[in-house]
Amino acid sequence: MSLSQLSAYQIAQQVQSKKASCREVVDDFLGRIEAVEERVKAFVTVTGDEARRRADMLDRRLASGEDIGALGGVPIAVKDALCTRGVKTTCSSKMLENFVPPYDAHVVERLAVDGAITVGKANMDEFAMGSSTENSAFFPTRNPWDLERVPGGSSGGSTAAVAALEAPLALGSDTGGSIRQPAAYCGCVGLKPTYGLVSRYGLIAFASSLDQIGPIANDVRDCALLLQSIAGHDRRDTTSINRSLPKYLDALTGNIRGLKVGVPQEFFAQGVQGYVSDAVHKAIDKMAELGAEVVEVSMPSTEYALATYYIIAPSEASSNLARYDGVQYGLRVHEMGDDIVQMYSKTRVKGFGHEVQHRIMIGTHALSSGFYDAYYLKAQKVRTLIRRDFEAAFQKCDVLATPTAPTVAFKLGENANDPFAMKLADVCTIPVNMAGLPAISLPCGFHEKMPIGLQLIGNLLDESTLLRAAHAYEQATDWHTQRAVL
Amino acid sequence: MSKYEIVIGMEVHAELLTQSKQFCACPNEAVAPPNTNVCPVCLGFPGSLPVLNAKSVDLSLRTVLAFDSKINTRCIFERKNYFYPDLPKAYQVSQRLLPLGEGGFIDIDVPNGDGTSTVKRVGLHDVHMEEDTGKSQHGESIGDPDSSLIDFNRSGIPLLEIVSLPDMRSVEEAEAYMTALRQLLLYLEVSDCKMELGRLRFEASLSLRPWGQEEYGTRVEVKNLNSMKAVRDSLRAEIERQTRILDSGGVVVQQTMLWDEASGTTQPMRSKEQAHDYRYFPEPDLVPLDIDSAWLERVRASMPELPRAKNQRFIEQLGLSSYEAGVLTSSREIAEYYEAALEGYTKSDGGAAKAISNWVCNELLGRVNAQNSSIAEAKVLPAQLRELVQLIDAGTISGKIAKEIFDEMFTSGRDAKSIVEERGLTQMSDTTELEAICEKVIAANPKAVEDYRGGKEKSFGALVGGVMKETKGRANPALVNELLKKALTQ
Amino acid sequence: MRLTSEEVDHIALLSRLDLSPAERERAATELSQILDHFEQLKQLDTADVPPTEHVLPVVNVLRADESRPGLPREGVLQNAPEHAGGMFQVPRVVEAE
Repeated sequence: MSLSQLSAYQIAQQVQSKKASCREVVDDFLGRIEAVEERVKAFVTVTGDEARRRADMLDRRLASGEDIGALGGVPIAVKDALCTRGVKTTCSSKMLENFVPPYDAHVVERLAVDGAITVGKANMDEFAMGSSTENSAFFPTRNPWDLERVPGGSSGGSTAAVAALEAPLALGSDTGGSIRQPAAYCGCVGLKPTYGLVSRYGLIAFASSLDQIGPIANDVRDCALLLQSIAGHDRRDTTSINRSLPKYLDALTGNIRGLKVGVPQEFFAQGVQGYVSDAVHKAIDKMAELGAEVVEVSMPSTEYALATYYIIAPSEASSNLARYDGVQYGLRVHEMGDDIVQMYSKTRVKGFGHEVQHRIMIGTHALSSGFYDAYYLKAQKVRTLIRRDFEAAFQKCDVLATPTAPTVAFKLGENANDPFAMKLADVCTIPVNMAGLPAISLPCGFHEKMPIGLQLIGNLLDESTLLRAAHAYEQATDWHTQRAVL
Repeated sequence: MSKYEIVIGMEVHAELLTQSKQFCACPNEAVAPPNTNVCPVCLGFPGSLPVLNAKSVDLSLRTVLAFDSKINTRCIFERKNYFYPDLPKAYQVSQRLLPLGEGGFIDIDVPNGDGTSTVKRVGLHDVHMEEDTGKSQHGESIGDPDSSLIDFNRSGIPLLEIVSLPDMRSVEEAEAYMTALRQLLLYLEVSDCKMELGRLRFEASLSLRPWGQEEYGTRVEVKNLNSMKAVRDSLRAEIERQTRILDSGGVVVQQTMLWDEASGTTQPMRSKEQAHDYRYFPEPDLVPLDIDSAWLERVRASMPELPRAKNQRFIEQLGLSSYEAGVLTSSREIAEYYEAALEGYTKSDGGAAKAISNWVCNELLGRVNAQNSSIAEAKVLPAQLRELVQLIDAGTISGKIAKEIFDEMFTSGRDAKSIVEERGLTQMSDTTELEAICEKVIAANPKAVEDYRGGKEKSFGALVGGVMKETKGRANPALVNELLKKALTQ
Repeated sequence: MRLTSEEVDHIALLSRLDLSPAERERAATELSQILDHFEQLKQLDTADVPPTEHVLPVVNVLRADESRPGLPREGVLQNAPEHAGGMFQVPRVVEAE
């Protein structure tokens, strides 16, 4: 069996017990990338040479008896929104096509400490704005289950890489569902941690109050393993939470007897297809079989989450993306005789794709004088109502179970002319970001040979319960053992 | 008198005296080779995040406490969005809705023109924390008429913006405001206030209205003021300009003017026709400040006595004249010098405070000012000055000799005692020795003796002078008087 | 309600986006659509609801005032489209904002 068939947990064990060297692992995965990448197109940059060098270095340290970390020798795909020192970080935008950060993101440092090996920078929707990875300025990524379909987005490259076994682990970022929705589309497990659990330092910002970095893997245990590595306080991110962390792997007991699973009916409306609804309800039944108690909860404000999100996220983005003006880094378009305002405006219209421009304009308008109260302030108030709905729900239950996305992965180009259908893809995931809660997506069935995602939502900082519930369900089913055939 | 009442408000930016910048650990040092005190945060690189400097909050709190502003104990930062090449993130982290301080005041001394002054209270609109921008150089000054160059060393330096109400009614009041504010910031050790380095920057807004009119006239902002003189001159020029417009029946246009030192005129800023909409919103990358009473108490305890309180105390408790108190409290260094020199010094006649004040105000500051230096650089330490005065009190040296000794102390920094000993300048108080000298002088000046005895009191002075000359000024004058009188009446 | 072309021009200027006439037309349509969608929020009474500042009640996260050297200048300028004399170079800026 090829090493690339193994889980991250198994690879780390093989390396630690010296049954495989880091170099063998990396060579195996780079071989896999070579074999499938032309079809999947998960990566903007493959860092093969660097990965081999690092593998050799880790092997030497291992040989001298050093502990190389919990992820020692495990290859990982890193979303191209995360800064990597000396390695191009593009956010899949023409604006940053040649941007080489002089520093590493906090999570990249953590991965290095724990012995993981970055094999490449994963494609994404430009600046994480999108749900299909079609908004990459470079090329769309394909869904390994069906190359005619999208992998979801915005962390589509990260997720496709994991689904195609180009890497056992990947880092994504999730602002409105950008980890969970592609995880659902690609049959992977993707976790968005509690806002503040993972430092955002070095994550190229989309919407600061919603962005959160999280793990993508092929099973819940790998997801927990990667979460353990990246979670924890960082002084460079003021919103990073400073408290001691549980051992997430210890949470995977397989026992959910007495766990209260809330089912909010509002998450089964708004375009959720019957086959998705059925699969999710079957999963909930399965959890009940395992001893969980199912309770109905109501969350009336969540129907406003989409509109709220499309005010708050673009508002923050309009400000976060204002720095791309061609002065210090990135693209500059400057024609003879242009003044500085023309330089800015031409640079930004050439450097940003349509969706990014569209959202910048929404956000600019929502914050502008005379509209702020009606849009931005109103949205932040509705956000409070959405959070209160979650607070009330968690009075009654430990986790919430919902669909991750209303459909399975759609075809490339299918929603290109229907921006609203595209946005609806995030309707079940967005409310979670509004409240800063942790949530995980894991496979719970198939429709027309495409994976369906179950979303479990946990209470603030209660990743342990979330992982325990997800793991128990996963172990009682075999969805996670199925792989795309390439 | 002009037909118009002058209305002036001031916006002041003070760079705070911290080691590091507002939101990153780069040195708070703009004067360095370009772009050497910068990092991903103050360059606004993608993925960077701000972390607030604790010291700068403390310094800002000191200031709002000194202004007696209402403190927003829960305050937040906001983003002020605009594009400009020296603003690396294209937004400035600032405060608007919930600034650190709201209201408050600064008392200023407005000169009456006859040497006296009147206290006036200038109200404040708000006091808020923000970050400085980078610095651009344009065109010819960099040898390239088509380019501007940007250095981000200044980017992210902590700033406090102090916005006054339009409470000033003359250029003199504006000057007094600047003086008082600067004095206060220096006392508080909040800023070094070096205007020439841009560490303290003033912007004025000025309008005129006919006397008796309630509503304000159209406001014009005046920028590019890098000295107190520039503020004064630009305001005068702008008053003239607006007066001319109004006199000729014209209308003042609301705009920003730049002071042009060379021509001595204000010129409209040639900014492109642009929409100004800063789109403020709460900075999501920073959490709110929640300032509790323990925090405020800690800051309060770190504050020095403020200049006005000190001035009052010097007058009421130490019995100094208001002139002396004014000189001694004009800067924190002078006041601290004075108080250190006074420490532990007493005088039987109760004139201790006055005696030290005379020496500091006249002798020390006279010499310091003549050298264009500052009291902090003076070689004579407060304890040394005190010792010198004590030598006079003890009759060891005369006041006249003391001044000579002080000259030497001022240049060398040596102790008075060692100078006195080395030069043999100890006052002569030995009766026997002085009696002999008096006899000698009397014998040598028969004419003066005769005149004195004949009722010419003035001649006595000549004899005293003779003794002093004979003793090179070291004779104790009181003793000489006594001995001469005794000898002459024999 | 459809945004006027003046409104779209204003938004594009504030956003510093040099849109072609066709792009302006498209922006007017798309922005108007999404603004219509936002109308639904008006149904909610939020008069007594405080806006969300942060999802977690964290306050006073501060850093001790200690300085460290910044980036080496190569790192500062390596991504600059144009630089001269250690500084970032841009077309001449006429006056301060």
